[in-house]
Amino acid sequence: MNDDATEATRPNIDEANRTAVGRMVASRPRLVDVATAGDVIPGLTKDLLLHAGPPIAWPRMSGPLRGAIIGALIFEGLAQDADEAAELAASGDIRFAPCHDHQTVGPMAGVVSSSMAVWVVEDDTHGGQTFSTLNEGYGKVLRYGAYDDEVLDRLRFLNGTMAPMLSSALSKGDAGGGEAIDLRALLAEALHMGDEGHNRNKAGSILLATRLAPALVRVARDATGDALARVLAFLGENALSVLNPVMAAAKAMADAAHDVPGSTVVSTMARNGTEFGIRVSGLGNRWFTAPCATPQGLYFAGFSADDANPDIGDSTITETAGFGAFAMAAAPAIVRFVSGAPRDAIAATLEMYEITVGEHDHFTIPPLDFRGTPVGIDIRRVVELGITPRVNTGIAHKEAGIGQIGAGLVRPPMALFEEALEAFAEQHLRA
Amino acid sequence: MPRPDTHGMILSHRLRRGAYLDSIVLMQLQVALRAEPGIEDCSAVMATAANLSLLAASDMLPEGLEATGADDLLLVVRAVDSVAGESALDRVDELLGQRTSASHEDDLPAPFSVREACRRLPDARWAAISVPGRWASRVAHDALEAGLDIFLYSDNVSVADERLLKRRAAARGRLVLGPDCGTAILGGIGFGFANRVRAGCIGLVGASGTGLQAITSRIDDLGAGVSHAIGIGGRDLSREIGGASALAALRLLAADPATQVVVLVSKPPDAAVARALVTAARAVPKPVVICFLGTIPPVARVTNLNFAAGLEQAADLAVSLAADEEKAAVTVTSRTTMPCRLPAAPGGFLRALFAGGTLALETLAQLRFFLPLRANLSLEGVEAIDDPSTSTGHTVLDMGDDTLTVGRLHPMIDPDLRLRRLQIEAADVTVSTILLDVVLGTGSEADPAERLAPAIQEIRARRADLEILVVVVGTEDDPQGRRDQIDRLAAAGAHVFERLGPALEAIVRRTAASPAFDPQPDAAPVAAEPTPLGPPQVINVGLESFHQSFVAQGAPAVHVAWRPPAGGDARLLALLDVLASDQPAPDVSA
Repeated sequence: MNDDATEATRPNIDEANRTAVGRMVASRPRLVDVATAGDVIPGLTKDLLLHAGPPIAWPRMSGPLRGAIIGALIFEGLAQDADEAAELAASGDIRFAPCHDHQTVGPMAGVVSSSMAVWVVEDDTHGGQTFSTLNEGYGKVLRYGAYDDEVLDRLRFLNGTMAPMLSSALSKGDAGGGEAIDLRALLAEALHMGDEGHNRNKAGSILLATRLAPALVRVARDATGDALARVLAFLGENALSVLNPVMAAAKAMADAAHDVPGSTVVSTMARNGTEFGIRVSGLGNRWFTAPCATPQGLYFAGFSADDANPDIGDSTITETAGFGAFAMAAAPAIVRFVSGAPRDAIAATLEMYEITVGEHDHFTIPPLDFRGTPVGIDIRRVVELGITPRVNTGIAHKEAGIGQIGAGLVRPPMALFEEALEAFAEQHLRA
Repeated sequence: MPRPDTHGMILSHRLRRGAYLDSIVLMQLQVALRAEPGIEDCSAVMATAANLSLLAASDMLPEGLEATGADDLLLVVRAVDSVAGESALDRVDELLGQRTSASHEDDLPAPFSVREACRRLPDARWAAISVPGRWASRVAHDALEAGLDIFLYSDNVSVADERLLKRRAAARGRLVLGPDCGTAILGGIGFGFANRVRAGCIGLVGASGTGLQAITSRIDDLGAGVSHAIGIGGRDLSREIGGASALAALRLLAADPATQVVVLVSKPPDAAVARALVTAARAVPKPVVICFLGTIPPVARVTNLNFAAGLEQAADLAVSLAADEEKAAVTVTSRTTMPCRLPAAPGGFLRALFAGGTLALETLAQLRFFLPLRANLSLEGVEAIDDPSTSTGHTVLDMGDDTLTVGRLHPMIDPDLRLRRLQIEAADVTVSTILLDVVLGTGSEADPAERLAPAIQEIRARRADLEILVVVVGTEDDPQGRRDQIDRLAAAGAHVFERLGPALEAIVRRTAASPAFDPQPDAAPVAAEPTPLGPPQVINVGLESFHQSFVAQGAPAVHVAWRPPAGGDARLLALLDVLASDQPAPDVSA
């Protein structure tokens, strides 16, 4: 008997994982359009609201998510004020579903309603589209649960002014012949400019604005007043402009690795502000969930950990796809969020190599001698080594509407990976 | 609540489950804890039974301590009061952290797995593994997977695990030294316990750690030097393991250009394994010194093999052979007189029919490392036969044995029984070689050749392929006349010897398998060619002091910050085993 023989009836896990990660790395998402969510996102009807993280019902939603739901219902014209919106949300007439189930990802609360403008990203390699909303910038914003007039006015500017211009500037938009921006290449470049693609997106946002500017200028000849200037300023000054399309790109990469039979690679990590959830490539659409931790980090003046909401948002898709905290070594400028010295940023990335299947072909890290970023979390190695994935994250105030109060590091609970491992072993033994 | 003890001090303690730290780290932690304010004494130990009794002996065993195990870290402080004790214990993580940052010459944190360590040190050839025994084979499999040779210092590895490890290693052309391997010198770098010896041309393989240290030290004393000293652990030469590592190590030294003389040292090995080793050693195209401690050494020298009676003699022989090799490099000289050459007949059996029991015993002692022998005499490594009236395989008979001589005179007086047995053996076509003794002297048969010579002549006429060797023991003054006896037996077609040794050497050359330089031991087939030995780069898993030793010796090394997998949780480990797709299949042949 051959010592190295594996039973032919069961999928070879290592092989399956290499396939999954190969697909993830090969994915080439390109930004092709901005469109209305209800027109492009499959199944997104007027009475359905998408949210970040694993499935959750209204009564268990945390403050920021409830706030964003209220804001979205007002934005959609389904409610006149917060009380009415809350009543509607609790009534059962509005359905809720994870963004992840609709090819979509959303930062923080991640609420997407049918009228909102969304980035459209197409995977050149594997086909298919993924979506994310336009980033609203810092401060009082819907994704942190704020819904006052200032928030709604900004949403209307994004939807009414910016979205049509962006659409015209992109390849699949009305004007035709616009840009199709290779987000993988853009991110690879941003990683060499001090971004890690999750908490730091300054370089990537500038790259995006730079790429879009000439096309915007071409299509905006008829634009009235200072609309073009406002759009360019918003894109260029918001250091998070690129976060949402990058997340949609990461979603495309992660989806490419999903549903590979026999693969123990994590294909989704997401939080809804109450629970952290993961999905595993070889375990279909089953969510494994556990209560979210509160991030460890630095707080803006006047706030403390007591004000923090439990971890929230789909932005963990960046780590799932092999950047974000996994590329921390590329982003020494934000090491303070981790604990202090540039050495800690290197250590953070080195630690993630322990639990990943491969190294990214396209995302490389100069301080590590251009080593590819760690990519493809293997639940087996997480459990064996006792190392959970690192996640860089913004910290939301626990009350709706106050917004971001800090940033830092969080790790998903180990119980998720243990539970997933157990489910995988059961399935594997049945096979 | 802790109560003041007889010293008026308070004991405080913490128990950390599954928190393994190596003893060097714990000692450093103790030094640091003792320097904390208000601390009179402290102890940081893994909570083994032995350590607990040591604590009890020094009045440091906390009362009411919960059940503990060897993977649990127990921290105990004796302090002026409980506040001082608790606050010192609160600082433990910080104190451990200080150690880590200071002990790594490199600024990078240590990797947590062998796989990642290999990425940091891509040219690593060796893994030095010294984790607790229950984890050792798991780490070793990881290291094999990463393509490393293994120095396995850990003990308490099961025989089944050792077999499996060595079979996988053989299939990959990798070497596993150990488990329980205490010493090695590889490319000038000491692993585990090793003496600082000068570099030279003597390569050693040893199943005895201190034996290896003694010989290498002696070689150094004699002014010679060592190329590699390969420890293999005490169990490798057992029947279950079959000498897998020793055979692989011999192959490496055979091919190693820096090695000109090979030394093989071991405690008494299993007889079948010893034969496999001797067979492999004969295939080494270099002089080999063999020292099986505690056994009677066979012939001092056969072909390239030199047998030593003890450690010191092994070292002396190796050094003198090394000197010969140097001379030989300049002028080709014949070191041995021309021995008796018989046509090789591998596969044919030996039958030795002795009138003298002691000569039979000497033959067994000397041939047992070359041939699987059966005999009506008792000796370690020789199969005892119940019924001496029939022969199979290689059989050595003391014809003077009581069961054969019932109602007869001793064969030294009455040759009848032995002559009849000679005819029976000669009629057996599987027999290629027959050894007889003729003991002359007062009281012995008056003219042994009278009946023996015609019998030999008749047999030889019938079977030219059957060689008959006769050892004649006696003097010219003996009544039978030695010269005359010898001449008549030789004229009949026998090969006649005046000493047993040369006869046995001729038998070894003729009968024992004479392999080409490619030993393929049946116990552990070598599927992949081992990589030649060079200056080692090492992944260290376990004792940090070993890592510091590698660094001090100038060997590139990476230390793995190893922790028990899955926190030592048995349920999770079982799940991981199910899902390890590279997990070896169970060893069904065990």
